[in-house]
Amino acid sequence: MGYEIQGNTGVWEIVVGLEVHAQVTSNAKLFSGAATAYGAAPNAQVSPVDAGMPGQLPVLNGYCVEQAVRTGLGLKAEINRESVFERKNYFYPDLPAGYQISQYAHPIVGKGELTLDMPDGTTRGIGITRLHLEMDAGKSLHNQQDDATLIDLNRSGVALMEIVSEPDIRTPEEAVLYMRKLRSILRYLGTCDGNMEEGSLRCDANVSVRKKGDAGFGTRCEIKNVNSMRFVARAIEYEARRQVELIEGGGTVDQETRLFDAQKGETRSMRSKEEAHDYRYFPDPDLLPVVLDEAFIERIAAGLPELPDAKKARYMEAYGLGPYDAGVLVADRTTGDYFEAVAAGRDGKQAANWVINDLFGSLGKAGIALENSPVGPAALGQLLDLLNAQTINGRTAKDVFALMFETGRDPDRIVEERGLRQVTDAGAIEAEVDRVIAANPGQVETYKKNPKVIGWFTGQVMKATGGKANPGGVQQILKAKLPPVEG
Amino acid sequence: MQDLTTLTLTAAKAGLAAKDFTAVELTQAHLGAMARHRDLNAFVTETADKAMAMAQASDRRLAKGEGGLLEGLPIAIKDLFCTEGVLTTAGSHILDGFVPPYESTVSRKLWEAGAVCLGKTNLDEFAMGSSNMTSYHKGVRNPWTRKGENAALVPGGSSGGSAAAVAARLCLGATGTDTGGSIRQPAAFTGTVGIKPTYGRCSRLGIVAFASSLDQAGPMARTVEDCALMLEAMAGFDPLDATSADLPVPAWSKGLSGDVQGLRIGIPKEYRMEGMDGRIEALWQEGADWLRARGAETVEVSLPHTKYALPVYYIIAPAEASSNLARYDGMRFGLRVEGRNLRETYEKTRAAGFGDEVKRRILIGTYVLSAGYYDAYYLKAQKVRRLIKEDFDRAFGQVDAILAPATPTAAFRGGEKMDDPVAMYLNDVFTVPVNLAGLPALSVPAGLSGDGLPLGLQVIGKAWDEATVLNVGRAIENAAGFGLLPYGLGEAA
Repeated sequence: MGYEIQGNTGVWEIVVGLEVHAQVTSNAKLFSGAATAYGAAPNAQVSPVDAGMPGQLPVLNGYCVEQAVRTGLGLKAEINRESVFERKNYFYPDLPAGYQISQYAHPIVGKGELTLDMPDGTTRGIGITRLHLEMDAGKSLHNQQDDATLIDLNRSGVALMEIVSEPDIRTPEEAVLYMRKLRSILRYLGTCDGNMEEGSLRCDANVSVRKKGDAGFGTRCEIKNVNSMRFVARAIEYEARRQVELIEGGGTVDQETRLFDAQKGETRSMRSKEEAHDYRYFPDPDLLPVVLDEAFIERIAAGLPELPDAKKARYMEAYGLGPYDAGVLVADRTTGDYFEAVAAGRDGKQAANWVINDLFGSLGKAGIALENSPVGPAALGQLLDLLNAQTINGRTAKDVFALMFETGRDPDRIVEERGLRQVTDAGAIEAEVDRVIAANPGQVETYKKNPKVIGWFTGQVMKATGGKANPGGVQQILKAKLPPVEG
Repeated sequence: MQDLTTLTLTAAKAGLAAKDFTAVELTQAHLGAMARHRDLNAFVTETADKAMAMAQASDRRLAKGEGGLLEGLPIAIKDLFCTEGVLTTAGSHILDGFVPPYESTVSRKLWEAGAVCLGKTNLDEFAMGSSNMTSYHKGVRNPWTRKGENAALVPGGSSGGSAAAVAARLCLGATGTDTGGSIRQPAAFTGTVGIKPTYGRCSRLGIVAFASSLDQAGPMARTVEDCALMLEAMAGFDPLDATSADLPVPAWSKGLSGDVQGLRIGIPKEYRMEGMDGRIEALWQEGADWLRARGAETVEVSLPHTKYALPVYYIIAPAEASSNLARYDGMRFGLRVEGRNLRETYEKTRAAGFGDEVKRRILIGTYVLSAGYYDAYYLKAQKVRRLIKEDFDRAFGQVDAILAPATPTAAFRGGEKMDDPVAMYLNDVFTVPVNLAGLPALSVPAGLSGDGLPLGLQVIGKAWDEATVLNVGRAIENAAGFGLLPYGLGEAA
């Protein structure tokens, strides 16, 4: 799956690394006991620590450390036995203490890897450089009052994991797949809810371009504020094209921070390298180094759930699914759970088809989330049982499913109430066949020259039986009763 | 009736227990002394009403036979400790009008022990200084003067208001903080006792931060025993301070025998300095003699990296301060000087709010943390800090405590060193290494300078061994028999 930009001077490829800020799922902030719930009134969830009041001290929330380690293990990454919180110093009103507490030289999680599930069923590994813990800043509200900027410190001190990838991404689609897979893993682990609209998951992209075949890297720009799955690809495409045009026009790319404007679909300069802050990082003397012992890490490792990659392999192995279907089903935990409930004791492939095509198709059309599906896994399983027992035929099953989706009722009751049981009485079908043949002598003549017309006869018989006959059986009887085909 | 302000903390505690007087009487006596000695400028804020209410509550508890370790005993709080509902200034203009909605852990523990709050004492701005001259609220006057002179002298700093208040009998004890000598140097300059406990012994929560890895609270009082008693109430684990130690607090005041029989006392050869006051060197000798006479053994020890302590301190402390003081930006509390835009508001607020010494240290700290200088200054300083600590570790392999002078000179005049910051910084030469190593150390008055000013000796101990520090201090106190009052107070008493 190559991605190339055809320039005037040749073919270019892109090099992308992503920095993702994932809000740690935790009731309390990283360094204070204040609450973190989304949507509270401004400044309702602020402790004196979060407001940078004199004499206040940060105390590390151990649960957030646990969540970071859990995420690191989920990303198959090295867990650093000792990590250090440092101060990143800069002035801004939404940063009350004048410094952000972050990890710099010694992050809690080192190198790991994330596997992309490519649309063609292959996989591709993207390196994880590091994961570190840091506190979020507050929010500046510029549009609430004409003559002032207001500050909401509810987010101040909320725990974030910054997850940095290696510059291994080569296409905009891979960047999206990376984000989806990362979100999927975070949700499986329960370490981040992955909600991009609420800002729980935010993405900055480092983008550079180089001539295809070159080994070195071009100068990169950091694109901030790429905060939806849709924008990830768009921002990268725009920025890469901008860089190619700039270079081919005789210019050079300046290392700078750029902001993605979602409305205009373009990036624009925020600050150049020269304007970049000197953050004066140094170890925070209020906090001791974080030292993790083996028992702590082992306990977290032992409690990890089965993650998407392992689940996908199991689905392929145990249910005989192809990589694409398996990948779709493991994308989030509820989907996998649903599928497994349907597939239990049944044909896995058939279950996968119904879940992916019929159920997801209907849910998508209706804009309903799986959690709120009117058809539960037990009901869908019953439907498959009716089908497999030949109580209903395939076509009826589709109709029953549509009714189940509409009414939320059980397939058994729908089939009974509407008399949809397949007609298995051979005598009744034969009588119907005889009647149709007798009533359509012209079509019988046509059949003699064109045997495909048997389909028309089948349709007539099915119609007459209200669709409840078994189409295969009807054809067999027709073949026996119709005159032989000529020539 | 005797003047209740002449009592020690311990004697006043006994007097209350014996019902010789009430907490209200004791408090009134001190409030009266405070009113008579406002010329010292020892207090930024006097809390007479609060003091009377607390004293009345103490009397009720005492009447029922209840009460904590310091029940009914009036003390003062350095204005670096946040006190709920009481103005807290840190000696700075930038905290104008700041009334904290929370109480520092140390002061809270003192109130829980029954102590009575007389007020908040003056200090060098943000505890940066050795003279008390950098306070926005003007300098504190040392109750001591040179023999035959009336010129005002500094009480030392930064806990100069606390030291002056204790020396002038305005309170029975006071809290101090010590980042590079801010308890021990003013104690030495005012003939009082002060102990900086081991880093981590007292919670830093609610103390306006200067240099977080060095700041430590401690008591200042007129006797070693009083300090021990007060420290018992102040110390202890605080889960809200990550650098606080989860260790039990010994009953130091009960174990004070002054018996030093068999103890090994180190005399660090590097503390003999060029240009040191001859009287201080002689007093140091005398101190060693007193301890030997009481059965201790003195041993010369080497602390080879001592000469680097001052430069290391003046890198690390300003570095941390430059970051700690970033929060004073005019946005949420304290002074705000409006500019045309955000940047100008920051600049005007901080230009008007901070004094010269604070600005100097913010600039130094910002510089040593800057890209390109970090390795050469901050990182190097941290490495040397480790060597200084290892010097002490080695010495404490041989000895139980170290005896040294507290300061290289006696108290000086207000204007004397203000134009030369480096000369001012040299005042901390004997105290700073202890902060860098995080050790407990005490200053105890041991004699007078040639012109009649108090001089202190310093006892340095192993980490968490405040008990030995206090006991050796008690031995020197007994031998020195200091017990002198500042000139001018004799008539008042």
